[in-house]
Amino acid sequence: MRKLTGAILATLLTTPVAFADPVDDTLVLNEETEIVTRTAAPDHLSDSLDEVMSGWLFRGKETRAMQADDFDNPGMIFVEQAMDSWNAVDGSEGKSCASCHDGLETMAGVKATYPKWDEAAGKVQTLQMQVNECRTERMGAEAWPYDKGNAINMEAALSSVSRGLPVNVAIDGPAKETWEQGKDMYYTRTGQLELSCANCHEDNYGNMIRADHLSQGQINGFPVYRLKNTKLNGSHSRFKGCIRDTRAETYKPGSPEFIALELYVTSRGNGLSVEGPSIRN
Amino acid sequence: MKISLTGAVFGAVMASAVYAGEVLPTAVAFTDGAVEQSLSGMPGDAANGRLIVGDKKKGNCVACHQVSDLADVPFQGEIGPPLDGAGERWSEAELRGIVANAKIMFEDSMMPSFYKTEGFIRPGKAYTGKAADDTFGPLLGAQQIEDVVAYLTTLKE
Ligand code: HEC
Ligand code: HEC
Ligand code: HEC
Repeated sequence: MRKLTGAILATLLTTPVAFADPVDDTLVLNEETEIVTRTAAPDHLSDSLDEVMSGWLFRGKETRAMQADDFDNPGMIFVEQAMDSWNAVDGSEGKSCASCHDGLETMAGVKATYPKWDEAAGKVQTLQMQVNECRTERMGAEAWPYDKGNAINMEAALSSVSRGLPVNVAIDGPAKETWEQGKDMYYTRTGQLELSCANCHEDNYGNMIRADHLSQGQINGFPVYRLKNTKLNGSHSRFKGCIRDTRAETYKPGSPEFIALELYVTSRGNGLSVEGPSIRN
Repeated sequence: MKISLTGAVFGAVMASAVYAGEVLPTAVAFTDGAVEQSLSGMPGDAANGRLIVGDKKKGNCVACHQVSDLADVPFQGEIGPPLDGAGERWSEAELRGIVANAKIMFEDSMMPSFYKTEGFIRPGKAYTGKAADDTFGPLLGAQQIEDVVAYLTTLKE
């Protein structure tokens, strides 16, 4: 009886007292590209969310403004560095990315569909894995370390030419098993604090946890330039940080677990615009 | 958010001999989510409890709860209900049960279990991201729980 009273009381009390909702604002890049930062949740989420929202809506005014203009977006400096490596010959075959793919703009739309199933590899591949496949199998060059310098810069460059296009990863067919694995991870309460991604990013987005305004933890904006560490951050590195903060043993960027989680989390943002490189604190 | 003790303090909690009358995390007796017996066998110190509740490195309860009495602590969260008046809503035994393991009082609660050492999935070594090792201990020690409980009983509206 007491137990019941307690639970009901707590429920009453948890119903939002002070709202710290996402802002009502629209993002237009360079005064031309409209970015969808909130839209109807994809079907697979219909039991848990009505709307999906970009992390951009949960950040402060200055941070939001920085992302609207490429000249103010420090993430674009890394995109420029990646343009140089796009054209640079590397590896035993004497080729650059441009040798086979022409301009970077030919990659428009590609980022929106990754991670995706790769028939030849027989597994789900992230964009960074695909780039490394080109490097090791087609250029005779070394793989770039996951989420580090060259790899994350190139991911940002590939993302930049897809900005404004809707995220649209496939979750059925051969990718389904990996997607299910990622989904399980999303809802599993891990670590000594026993918290799942969903505890914070599905049940509590809009609320403050200590000094942080919780977003939905979407990755349509990745790679992300963080004001906190003044560099580009990959989604796997972000996952790692969030898991570490639950006092759990985490996984490594590029691990099969994070590939699965990336596919699942990306699919939660199907319909939002590709935004990377975005800016967050 | 940082809810914890550092590895070093954990080490201390684990290494110190079990005091006479101390109830181990694995031996706490819950009745309807409440715990009658003092976990340390000693009364709690409300003044120290107040510090633990507001300290980022200790209880860090303010990561999720607002407490008007701790107005000097910035950035109080809103995941759980404000703790104002908790000492009126709950008995001492209920508060002890909630702080020791809130999931017994509130099914599936998001609130961490502060006096528990078993049953975790992929427990880590504090905030290192590495696997837990033999320094692993409860988030708060028995006396710290008592101190927090003593403080909570003073929160009247
Ligand atoms: C020798 C030619 C060659 C070079 C050099 C090359 N690629 Fe590729 N790349 C390909 C081929 C062929 C495919 C299609 C592979 C497939 O469909 O599985 C491809 C696919 C891709 C894709 C995926 C496109 C999609 O629609 O899914 C990306 C991204 C990509 N390459 C990036 C790069 C980058 C970045 C570099 C330089 C670091 C590079 N490639 C160098 C031949 C090349
Ligand atoms: C204890 C709460 C908590 C848990 C559990 C948690 N996160 Fe986070 N996460 C945060 C906070 C706080 C931030 C920074 C503010 C924000 O964007 O929500 C964040 C940010 C993120 C971001 C960056 C969003 C953006 O727009 O840049 C992603 C992605 C993310 N989390 C994914 C995850 C995933 C996946 C999991 C589960 C493995 C997870 N988080 C678990 C608290 C949490
Ligand atoms: C990760 C978030 C989180 C943290 C950290 C946390 N709690 Fe809670 N707490 C909750 C939630 C959520 C509830 C609501 C109960 C439920 O889950 O239904 C709650 C409920 C309570 C209640 C009962 C509600 C009432 O009537 O006042 C008390 C007392 C309480 N917490 C005390 C604490 C203390 C003391 C600490 C620190 C040692 C703490 N909490 C840390 C999330 C948290």
